[in-house]
Amino acid sequence: MSTVTVEALLGAAPAHIAAVGVPDFAEVPRTAGADVTALDWRPPASGDPELAWKLAQLTAHARVEAANAEAVSRLLAVRPVWRDVLPAREALPVLDDRVSGRRLLLHAGPPITWERMCGPMRAGVIGAALLEGWADTPEAAERLADSGAIDFEPCHHHDAVGPMGGITSPSMPLLVVEDPATGRRSYSNLNEGAGRCLRYGALGDDVMDRLRWMGGTLAPALREALKALPDGVDLRTVTAQALQMGDECHSRNTAASMLLLRELAAPLSRTADGPEVIDFLADNHYWFLNFSMAAAKLATSAAAGVPDSTLVTAFARNGVEVGIRVGGLGDAWFTAPATHIRGMYFAGYGPDDANPDIGDSAIAETYGLGGFALAAAPAITGFVGGTVEEALRITRDMARITLTRHEAYRLPMLGGIGAPVGIDVRAVLDTGIVPIVTTGISHREPGIGQIGAGLTHAPLECFRKALEAFPVPAGEELVPAGGVPA
Amino acid sequence: MIDGCALAPFAEDRRVAGPYGRGMERTPDETGPRSAVGSGSEPSVLNSVRRDTYADSVALMRAARQLSELPGVDVASLVMATAANLRQLADAGLLTDDGREAGPNDLIVALRGEPAALASALDGVRGLLEQPDSGGSDGGVSPDEPAPRALTEADPAAALALISTPGPYAGAEALKALRCGMHAFVFSDNVPLAQEVAIKREAHARGLLAMGPDCGTALIDGVPLGFTNTLRRGRTGLIGASGTGLQQVSCLLDACGEGVRQMIGTGGRDLSAEVGGVTTLDAFELLDADPGCALILLVSKPPAPAVAERVLERARRSAKPVVACFLDGTRPYSSGRLTVVGTLRDAAYTAVRLLGGSVPEPFETPELPSPGGHLLRALYAGGTFAYEARQLLPSAVTETDGSGTEIVLPDRHLILDLGDDAYTAGRPHPMIDPTVRAAHLRAALRDPRTAVVVLDVVLGHGAGADPAGPLAAELEQVQDRERPHVVAFTVGTDRDPQGAAEQRERLRRAGALLAPNSTDAARHAVALLPNRAPRARAAADLTPAGGHA
Repeated sequence: MSTVTVEALLGAAPAHIAAVGVPDFAEVPRTAGADVTALDWRPPASGDPELAWKLAQLTAHARVEAANAEAVSRLLAVRPVWRDVLPAREALPVLDDRVSGRRLLLHAGPPITWERMCGPMRAGVIGAALLEGWADTPEAAERLADSGAIDFEPCHHHDAVGPMGGITSPSMPLLVVEDPATGRRSYSNLNEGAGRCLRYGALGDDVMDRLRWMGGTLAPALREALKALPDGVDLRTVTAQALQMGDECHSRNTAASMLLLRELAAPLSRTADGPEVIDFLADNHYWFLNFSMAAAKLATSAAAGVPDSTLVTAFARNGVEVGIRVGGLGDAWFTAPATHIRGMYFAGYGPDDANPDIGDSAIAETYGLGGFALAAAPAITGFVGGTVEEALRITRDMARITLTRHEAYRLPMLGGIGAPVGIDVRAVLDTGIVPIVTTGISHREPGIGQIGAGLTHAPLECFRKALEAFPVPAGEELVPAGGVPA
Repeated sequence: MIDGCALAPFAEDRRVAGPYGRGMERTPDETGPRSAVGSGSEPSVLNSVRRDTYADSVALMRAARQLSELPGVDVASLVMATAANLRQLADAGLLTDDGREAGPNDLIVALRGEPAALASALDGVRGLLEQPDSGGSDGGVSPDEPAPRALTEADPAAALALISTPGPYAGAEALKALRCGMHAFVFSDNVPLAQEVAIKREAHARGLLAMGPDCGTALIDGVPLGFTNTLRRGRTGLIGASGTGLQQVSCLLDACGEGVRQMIGTGGRDLSAEVGGVTTLDAFELLDADPGCALILLVSKPPAPAVAERVLERARRSAKPVVACFLDGTRPYSSGRLTVVGTLRDAAYTAVRLLGGSVPEPFETPELPSPGGHLLRALYAGGTFAYEARQLLPSAVTETDGSGTEIVLPDRHLILDLGDDAYTAGRPHPMIDPTVRAAHLRAALRDPRTAVVVLDVVLGHGAGADPAGPLAAELEQVQDRERPHVVAFTVGTDRDPQGAAEQRERLRRAGALLAPNSTDAARHAVALLPNRAPRARAAADLTPAGGHA
């Protein structure tokens, strides 16, 4: 046994003691002047004693701590720079059906088959098939999907993210975000704006016309304008500023969209279609969302794949299931049924109309934004009938399940402290505090679109499954105690 | 709350680009000229560029103000290097070539003043930018801060975790406590044995103490944990795999004027073959090395023989006197500085004598009329007392028939541990909740076969406010002349919240015979039994005493 300090086992008086369990027991040491903190304890790991023991084995485990430190430093080191806008088939050759002959669409969330897709996502598939000319009518598109002629893979499997349905097809333009230091890239489709959008499952000539315009006019103009900015646009700087201006960069992107437009306004104005592009962007308060998501994806994918790391590297929802990925657990998804969203609805709609939680946008939360930066965005606490105090409390709670704070993403309402970043599976299961997500609400039927916005959470079940799968790394060999019989 | 990471990963390796121009890197401890122009006492202007660093203007202005208050600094300006800001710096004469090369995502620190002062001012910039905007609310601490939910959230200053969760979770909490660098006191029982072994190995390797699981008492640095009496501080070091045993011994020491240096509970299974006495041995090392500890006293329910031998072997090599009491029927002996005794009373009094003190006169058992019945009914709340009594009466039954709702007393001597799981399922320990013991007492008092009842009354922290009261009330329900003898003893000090003297007086008023300690109570009770042949018969069909070491 290594030496225990003999003079005072508990350090300088008053002794500090943490009490877990029966409240009366905390009183006994207090009678002797000890400083006792009674924990607000609840059974950890969803109340499963075996998992609770495994969680304890992973707690303060040297290899896990080192892995998480490495993962977090990789995440924070990423500098997301908007570099380019490319057709999806060019950015991601796997999507190029003209070369492969394979019709592949990307979708939001963990893997899902056509048969199991929810209404809004099916509508996205139909719209994409029409856009690509794979079908002439919605009915034909549906038959095509029914026939198995379209393959589906998650955006996340291709360094990409898409809000809501996230359906991404070969001709859709993707924004390209790059980390200059490593050349790592991530992608997202472009934001269609508010109202009737394909990402929410809205279909119709207006939706299709806009998608074609985005591919034919918007994307080339953006690309042209970006050439005037040889260093690209540093999205981290935009995000950091937007957090000072009332955005949390998931469900409120008003300031960030304006800041981003400002970066590009002058060069855009010199392009052929400048005025109509600027008109479109000026009207789109969600424009930055897809950039925020791509930046978050870039940072979290840099942190992925560190063995023994318990860092959550993705949280995504496909409208039926939600899933997380964990640094030390490779590409596996740990899923649970999609949650319902607590929120405010547009006139004429209510909770019965809502599709369960959907979209890749929760990647923002894994990067310290959205619910984690809710303290920055008092304007959207009204989504849940909440108060500014509740927003501050949510951000404080999120700090209890994260590994660090973002050095650049400061929260003015909390005295300029950094946004909590880096969800730790262990902390979620130990505290029972689940990640809070700010999100839009989609109608459950295809073709209608957004009907509200609110708050939801990442279900504990995802984390429980991840812990079940997580191997306890062989630690430093502990000295056998005094010849304990094996 | 900044976690030491602010600005670090992306800015650190190129943070002082100033005098060398943008893009050139230097480490912070490289020496070299930092002023861009001028030398000597002439005011000079210095620009330091931090690439790709965003800070909002409030933070920058605050930092600039604090920099400009430093001696030798005339002007300080921190701005993002936008074209407009660069123009302003130039107009103010604060822009150098280094600054001119910065881009809109870069932060410029522009200073004018004495060259030496500027260099040291620059060193402080990082800290200024990391501080929160306001002193009061830093986002981490607020008046209505919720209580931590997990040990990993607890105050890093916490040196010990006091764990009393349901048993299936207690092992995990203990392991987490140890991983966080805390000693663990685990009151909970029903912790899987394999977890106990793992916890104790972890504690051993980390130089921490795992007290428990199933640890009833401890007094660490004078801080009571669990069921503990109000004891004076002193020079004896106590180690025990028996909560009530430790309480009895420590209270007897206290009555003799000896105080406690440390009292380390180990949990009831520590001296089992599986656990191997890890905590006992670790605690022994600790007390043996502690110059403030003059004597070590070991108490346990009957241990596994091989483990007992290992512990005693260690005790024989001790630098100070050791008294061991394992309640396993071993005949008392002395070997070097080690003294092995058979009872809790002898453990305490031997220690007192070894320390040069004096002990009370032996307990004089009063002459009493023969009782009507012939059987002993020892109804203990403290399990260790049951083990001690069984040494005198090995044939006694150790459990009652629990099949019906009515209490059925056996036609044999009975030595009951009412703190055993069989009697505490779904209700608190009899030291807190007297209901179950009162019912057994009622049955024993009304049973014509009962000659003597034995009762322990444990006082101190954790025990009920008036443990004697409900027992005395039961005695008062039965006419004196119909009643069997009732031998009672209290475990406590006069400084305990309940007051030992008051509790004893309450029992005496109700007609109980007061013994000074558990050992004398058991001996007195057995002596009161009619000297009859059935003793021999009982010895013939011995019930194994104990069974849960």
